[in-house]
Amino acid sequence: MWGLLADPWVDPTTRRALLEVVLLGLAGGPLGCWVVLAGLSYSAESLSHAMLPGLVLAALAGAPLLLGATGGLLVAATAVALAGRLPGIGRDTGVAVGVTTLFGLGVLLALARDTPAGLGSLLFGDVLAVSGADLWLAGGLVVVVLAALALAHPTLLVAGFDPGVARALGRRPLAADLALALLLAGTLLVGVQQLGNLLVVALLVGPAAAARLLTRRMPRMMAASAAFATAAGMAGLYASYHLEVAAGAAIAAALAASFPAALALRGLRTAVRRPTPAGTPHSARAA
Amino acid sequence: MMSAPPLVAADGLSAGYGTAPTVLHDVTFAVRPGEVCAVLGPNGGGKSTLLRVLTGELAPRGGQVTRPPLVGVVPQTERSRLDFPVSALDVALMGAVSRLPWWRRPARADRAAARAALARVGLDELRDATFGELSGGQRQRVLVARALVQDAPLVVLDEPFSGLDATSAALLQRLLGELAGEGGALLVATHDVGQARAWPLVLCLNRSQVAFGPPQATLTRAVLERTYGSDLVTLPGRGDVAVQQHHGC
Repeated sequence: MWGLLADPWVDPTTRRALLEVVLLGLAGGPLGCWVVLAGLSYSAESLSHAMLPGLVLAALAGAPLLLGATGGLLVAATAVALAGRLPGIGRDTGVAVGVTTLFGLGVLLALARDTPAGLGSLLFGDVLAVSGADLWLAGGLVVVVLAALALAHPTLLVAGFDPGVARALGRRPLAADLALALLLAGTLLVGVQQLGNLLVVALLVGPAAAARLLTRRMPRMMAASAAFATAAGMAGLYASYHLEVAAGAAIAAALAASFPAALALRGLRTAVRRPTPAGTPHSARAA
Repeated sequence: MMSAPPLVAADGLSAGYGTAPTVLHDVTFAVRPGEVCAVLGPNGGGKSTLLRVLTGELAPRGGQVTRPPLVGVVPQTERSRLDFPVSALDVALMGAVSRLPWWRRPARADRAAARAALARVGLDELRDATFGELSGGQRQRVLVARALVQDAPLVVLDEPFSGLDATSAALLQRLLGELAGEGGALLVATHDVGQARAWPLVLCLNRSQVAFGPPQATLTRAVLERTYGSDLVTLPGRGDVAVQQHHGC
């Protein structure tokens, strides 16, 4: 049994991968709560998919993926913004058109005859190829995201709860939107290299959606989301080691599985509480 | 004795949304400290638009507006996110945010003020309850508590009595009187003509200003007919009038 638990971490490669997913979970878990509550899950998924051409071009040119992802993200954000402004086209349609076009372009580039193989690592990431520089980058991301969320907490809370009144309460909803968009872009840029273009959004959405099912207050939701994200990262690496499956995909599956797990946990909690006679009034409970 | 200068005033105010046509024309009024002004009008008559201009949420299209830098606001509860993971105390505490720079979090004194405000609206025991799980009346009182924490000289309330049970309505009525007694100015959008008669000032809107002044002068049948049109009904018996309520803004 001990071997089952300890064996994966004998190899320094998996130890670095574990540290990376823990760091990404500590940043992506809490940020994901605001992404989910602000209704930005679709935008997060779209932006991560739309940066594929940038990633492919960077891979072809031998440039750092971070550079390609940044360029891809800028083009994607511009395309989405412009498509959404066309007369008679809503924002959702604009996002869908912009993202599908860019994703298709990325796949076209990646599958071209002269392109070296390697699309898989762009789409699904390569968490076992984490370098020291990647770990520093992820560590920096944790510091920036957590500090920004702590500073912006009152603004995000006021703008998210009641955007129409936010200005009267001295806060600008636009500032909250921009802060979230920048943090989201930064997390996607760092996370996409290890978790891949298709799977990085699972880090932001899965744990946060799971945490929402089990908590009723923002700080607890953020803590639970970080816990879900790091636990899922660890579970994914165990699955990858013992079942010999791709690490990035296993982590993404574990992140997504945190939602049905939380759903089951909530059902169990409700079933355990139900027999109490009369009990605490529903409106007075707080988790 | 000279009367105090107005806390809030408009002169020839007009307002609208985006590129859409102007929805409120030519509004002129002034409310001084200690005065309560009822804002009457049909749905779509411009009440909420006026309140949004006064809170700074919407810029006026024309005319002049004078308002204090800090305005307490009690919106309709439907505008708040009921699925947001916040307690009644969290919501009341948002009132303190308006007095803080963006990088500062509310301090212990602010939490004490938020608890005191919740106690004042009779909800101290439910301070840890989730906002979205409270009744409509309780949620309205939490939003009033938030405005109390703002500690603003002017408070605007958007149909605060809508959907309130008798207990909450009586408590809110008493609270508005207390706030006015403490020198605050209040603008209250309402459909209740009877209630408006109890306050010193009434502003009648129907896309433009119909009348402004004390209720004896403004709440005449002619003014109410111009304000409400076919929504005005005569009650059987004494010939009083009432407004048919259609929910909306």
